[in-house]
Amino acid sequence: MTQVRLQVNGAVREAEAWPGESLLYFLRERLGLFGSKNACEQGECGSCSVFFDGELVCSCLVLAAAAEGAQIVTVEGLEDDPVAARVREAMVAAGGVQCGFCTPGFVVAMTGLLRGNRHPSDLETREALSGNLCRCTGYVRIFEAVRRAGDALE
Amino acid sequence: MRVSVPKSLDAALGLLAEDPQAVVLAGGTDLMVAINFGRARPEHIVSIARLAELKELVAGEQVLCGAGVTYTHLLQRVRDRALVDAARTVGSPQIRNAGTIGGNLGTCSPAGDTLPILAALDATIVVVSRRSGERRVPFSDWMRGPKQPALEPGELVLRAEWEEAGPAQAFLKAGTRNAMVIAVASLAMVVDRARRRVRVALGSAGPTIIRATAAEEMASGLIEEVGWERPLTLTEAARARFADLVAAAARPIDDQRGTGAYRRHVIGVMASRALQRTGAAA
Ligand SMILES: Cc1cc2nc3c(=O)[nH]c(=O)nc-3n(C[C@H](O)[C@H](O)[C@H](O)COP(=O)(O)OP(=O)(O)OC[C@H]3O[C@@H](n4cnc5c(N)ncnc54)[C@H](O)[C@@H]3O)c2cc1C
Ligand code: FES
Ligand code: FES
Repeated sequence: MTQVRLQVNGAVREAEAWPGESLLYFLRERLGLFGSKNACEQGECGSCSVFFDGELVCSCLVLAAAAEGAQIVTVEGLEDDPVAARVREAMVAAGGVQCGFCTPGFVVAMTGLLRGNRHPSDLETREALSGNLCRCTGYVRIFEAVRRAGDALE
Repeated sequence: MRVSVPKSLDAALGLLAEDPQAVVLAGGTDLMVAINFGRARPEHIVSIARLAELKELVAGEQVLCGAGVTYTHLLQRVRDRALVDAARTVGSPQIRNAGTIGGNLGTCSPAGDTLPILAALDATIVVVSRRSGERRVPFSDWMRGPKQPALEPGELVLRAEWEEAGPAQAFLKAGTRNAMVIAVASLAMVVDRARRRVRVALGSAGPTIIRATAAEEMASGLIEEVGWERPLTLTEAARARFADLVAAAARPIDDQRGTGAYRRHVIGVMASRALQRTGAAA
């Protein structure tokens, strides 16, 4: 085991970890941040999406012990983020949530998309969210939530 | 297992010189999958993910692309059309933000999307170690076999270099979706009009990237006739003949992603389209 010290949601968080463990595992099992979901552990589903130095990545593919010094923001860290707040409201209003397992990953990815582009075209939305899988909604209502959140941000 | 996070390229090379068996970690999009699933248990990981020295990209007449350049950065900053198109098809935004060209070269899979393009651009891979300094490997010597890059213990990929080849380039990739797809087959074609050079390279069509040299010669002959600076008008027969020559160069296998027969068919279709697109771009 080794001591790992990371900047998570603006605070320094420290815990013992196995050197080979992913950031996703560290966030959930060491820090008790269960918002990032563990589904595939191979970068396919996006349910573990976080911001890493401002960029959207899969936390299951980040080595926790090598992430020292990076600014990590999880879905919990978006609590007071104005864009994420509109995204959460729009997901509820548009019915973009069913079982909810994919939702935190989508909220992070949608926040990233709308930060750079308030009114993405349908194709831009599909491309930006292509790394997030949802088994329930069929995506239509999630895309609708992107439009509603974009409008609410005006 | 232990993890080292060197603060400079020099420190990374020092660590690799002391422990040549150490495994390098860049974006982690291949290596972390292997670790998560217990397929890799390196004794020592040296993370080069955050080394600024490997993230440099000079996109001029001579392109110098650091090993640590991500697909997202390639998309934003490189002019070579085939490489931009390929980078855009890699995985998803999450994967493109993390995955690097150095990692694609290190994994050295025949399905690596940048590899047929590096072949078609006649790229050179520059590697470095404490012991031997810099070494230049032409891409044609890079793949010793599937997953066997021409890297010696203690060596790192420093960058890929190539000459900017102009607008007549195409990259085509066949798969079941537009995102998150490992190529069933892919094709890169570059018509470098200034250097009078045609290159066609195939991915996922054999154990390594394959150049379709007979087809390259045929296309060169067609272009020679009309002039290298002029667009090419093609007959159906010429396109079909070119497609056959490219498909004949492939050595595809049957696997879970597709059959050899399907791969050969789709390679012919992609070849015909690539000739059309590169021929029109003058
Ligand atoms: C969901 C998903 C989708 C994907 N889709 C695609 C796709 O569409 N197309 C595609 O081509 N690939 C795809 N990949 C594979 C992967 O993203 C690429 O191969 C990527 O380029 C790997 O880069 P990395 O920086 O993440 O490498 P890492 O995982 O960090 O390393 C990969 C290998 O290269 C070695 N290495 C890394 N950098 C260097 C260096 N500078 N010098 C020497 N060795 C080095 C490592 O030791 C390791 O063996 C996908 C992966 C995932 C998880
Ligand atoms: S758990 Fe990370 S992408 Fe699926
Ligand atoms: S709501 Fe169930 S997976 Fe998306």
